[in-house]
Amino acid sequence: MFDVIFLQFLNGLDKGAAYALIALGLTLVFGTLGVVNFAHGALFMLGAFCAVAMRMLLTLETVTLDPEKLSPWGTPLEVREPLMQAWLGDFGAVLVNYSVPVSLLLTIPIMLLVGIALERGIIKHFYKRPHAEQILVTFGLAIVAQEVIKSIFGPNPLPQPMPVELRGAADIGAWLGMQANVITYPLWRLIYFLFSAILIGGVFAFLQFTTFGMVVRAGMADRETVGLLGINIDRRFTIMFGLAAVVAGMAGVMYTPILPPNYHMGMDFLVLSFVVVVVGGMGSLPGAVAAGFLLGILQSFASMNEIKAIIPGIDQIIIYLVAVLILLVRPRGLMGRRGVMEA
Amino acid sequence: MTKISRGLTRRKVLQTGMAGIIGTGVAPLVFSKGAWAQEFCNNPTGDTVTLGLNLPLTGTYAEEGADEQKAYELAIAHLNGEGDGGLIAVLAPTALKGNGILGKKVGYVSSDSQTKSDVARAGATRMIERDGAIMITGGSSSGEAIAVQGLCQEMGVIFMAGLTHSNDTTGKDKKRYGFRHFFNAYQSGVALGPILGEQYGTDRRAYHLTADYTWGWTQEESIKNATEALGWETVAAVRTPLGTTDYSQYLTPVLNSGADVLILNHYGLDMVNSLTQAVQFGMRDRQANGKDFQIVTPLISELMAKGAGESVKGIYGTSNWHWNLQDPGSIAFTKSFGAAYGSPPSQAAHTAYVQTLLYADAVERAGTFYPPEVIKALEGHEFEGMGNGPTLYRAEDHQCIKSVLVVQGNESPTSEFDVLNVVKEVDRETVTYDPAIFGGELGPAEPAPVC
Repeated sequence: MFDVIFLQFLNGLDKGAAYALIALGLTLVFGTLGVVNFAHGALFMLGAFCAVAMRMLLTLETVTLDPEKLSPWGTPLEVREPLMQAWLGDFGAVLVNYSVPVSLLLTIPIMLLVGIALERGIIKHFYKRPHAEQILVTFGLAIVAQEVIKSIFGPNPLPQPMPVELRGAADIGAWLGMQANVITYPLWRLIYFLFSAILIGGVFAFLQFTTFGMVVRAGMADRETVGLLGINIDRRFTIMFGLAAVVAGMAGVMYTPILPPNYHMGMDFLVLSFVVVVVGGMGSLPGAVAAGFLLGILQSFASMNEIKAIIPGIDQIIIYLVAVLILLVRPRGLMGRRGVMEA
Repeated sequence: MTKISRGLTRRKVLQTGMAGIIGTGVAPLVFSKGAWAQEFCNNPTGDTVTLGLNLPLTGTYAEEGADEQKAYELAIAHLNGEGDGGLIAVLAPTALKGNGILGKKVGYVSSDSQTKSDVARAGATRMIERDGAIMITGGSSSGEAIAVQGLCQEMGVIFMAGLTHSNDTTGKDKKRYGFRHFFNAYQSGVALGPILGEQYGTDRRAYHLTADYTWGWTQEESIKNATEALGWETVAAVRTPLGTTDYSQYLTPVLNSGADVLILNHYGLDMVNSLTQAVQFGMRDRQANGKDFQIVTPLISELMAKGAGESVKGIYGTSNWHWNLQDPGSIAFTKSFGAAYGSPPSQAAHTAYVQTLLYADAVERAGTFYPPEVIKALEGHEFEGMGNGPTLYRAEDHQCIKSVLVVQGNESPTSEFDVLNVVKEVDRETVTYDPAIFGGELGPAEPAPVC
């Protein structure tokens, strides 16, 4: 039984990592700018499509027709030559194999620019408007982003292969000195969990240990006073919006081998992530991370056959059920602060 | 003596009565000979006839939908005498002339069903009521097929189902106006069971993951029956929502369940995701109960195999048709489709194409678009040349009875399309069954008064 519980725990950590990463970005934007950003899921999706675009570039081919050979339908056979391998040899093949992690290099500047452009172009005009209007405009932005991606890449999911070396399962049981081949888990999912942990730790460290982070935290606590000290807090908050977009984009890139990207994947995650943010407490970064992992783990355990035998369908509703229970007991969420989103 | 003349005599009453009966009963039949031809839903009166294509262009089965669309466009072109004529030349017997249907040019309208039954039904309603479609066809999900054929029965419009594999489509939910060329889950079980026994033995423990709707349920039941008849034990059968993307929470319990075979009752993108994720979980490298762990996908297509890539190698399943078959019909269709689109047709494309031609042929043989006559022409119709050998459109349940293919993921593909090998062609007699086992009523053939 231990192996079953341990596997579900790992699975919960993996799911929780995805929820926590998106919820972290949402909370960053809400905590700094006070904006309820419904376009955040779209930023996750845009990141994933950066990986798709990168792979398309890396796998460009020249196509020539071989009149000597015929296809099964009688036309000359197409001979395809990968450009990257032709130009760069073995290094080109390595780039193609590692296209997902390599995409991070493209994603970081693109998402930073997208985030800053979004904030300066549209969202800054809604700072003093009611939350309902912020939700409407960001939701509209999310729909526009979805439709743009759909028109460019089509409506169907585009599977992204993980590097060949990382396709198998890790024998965690053997690592821990237990019987081999009992506790195995996909290597890429473990990498995603580690990647999330590093990214979340990095964001916290950036806010905690840098002068920039200190100013931002001060601005989150009291924006007016920081402004009166002669600090351009708006500029820093704009950069924070860009940073949140980068975090969402990087999470999207690394998730592509697990879930083939499609244009509405952001919306699928957004709803769950909002529940995570509310459960964690609006504006609380540690709350968002803790709630992400908590709900991921609970969802994983709820899908055990033993649990579903007692309460059928519990795996589909557990997140919302727990959210209701927590909000009944702690209306501000697990780590919510007084006065946030309260009239 | 004066003859008293009375107004009515017994003879006059009888004469008048007879005349009345004849006048009201028979005369209209004489004067309106062929009048039924004008009194049914969307009777094409101009020089064109419109077919309604209900296609899942988005959602879980979108790849199949896109391939079906290509096939329908090709079939319509061939019916109108364009292109190389495709299977018209090899269908036997045939009444098709390559000049449209009954001399009318064939056109079409289409609707994206989004792989959702309610959207499919709404799309079909719109195509019948607004666009005047004489026949509805398409779909890659049994949920859609059953919803749409129910509607077509109500509206008196023939439904030529696309890809639908649930036993219910021509079983408990069969309809007089619905026709299925594709095979079904029961036939998959009959065809696949013996191969699984030969390859994996009779002492196995199976774990099913099943798409939670009509198709998944009937496939799970059929494959359980087939494998348990071999001596296999079913450890668990777990339902997964249609359109699930992350199967990790369903796959982790499999690892330590005591099962040594995972049976994936999934299709389309669900299958691509569940199969690739199962392989990522190391299931193909595992040993369980002293045996190599195996994965089985009872219904598989080349589109799914291509999507699953490396993961599909060596996996067994069944198919309705495969482009690499070497009969004249399969060769002709692959040639036409490949020349038009640069890739071989999928089984979804094949069934879509064949259904269009079979409807057109039935109308030509009936000499009218009047649905009850077309239904009569299709019921019990024997034909061949369409890539599945001799085929019967069975009158009792409107299920095509023909051979079924057992296929296996190709271990060493020679091209991106060479992803499945045909292991065995199970003959029509072996997969024939008593239509009564699934119950259901076809219902009346008379069309509804309005549509």
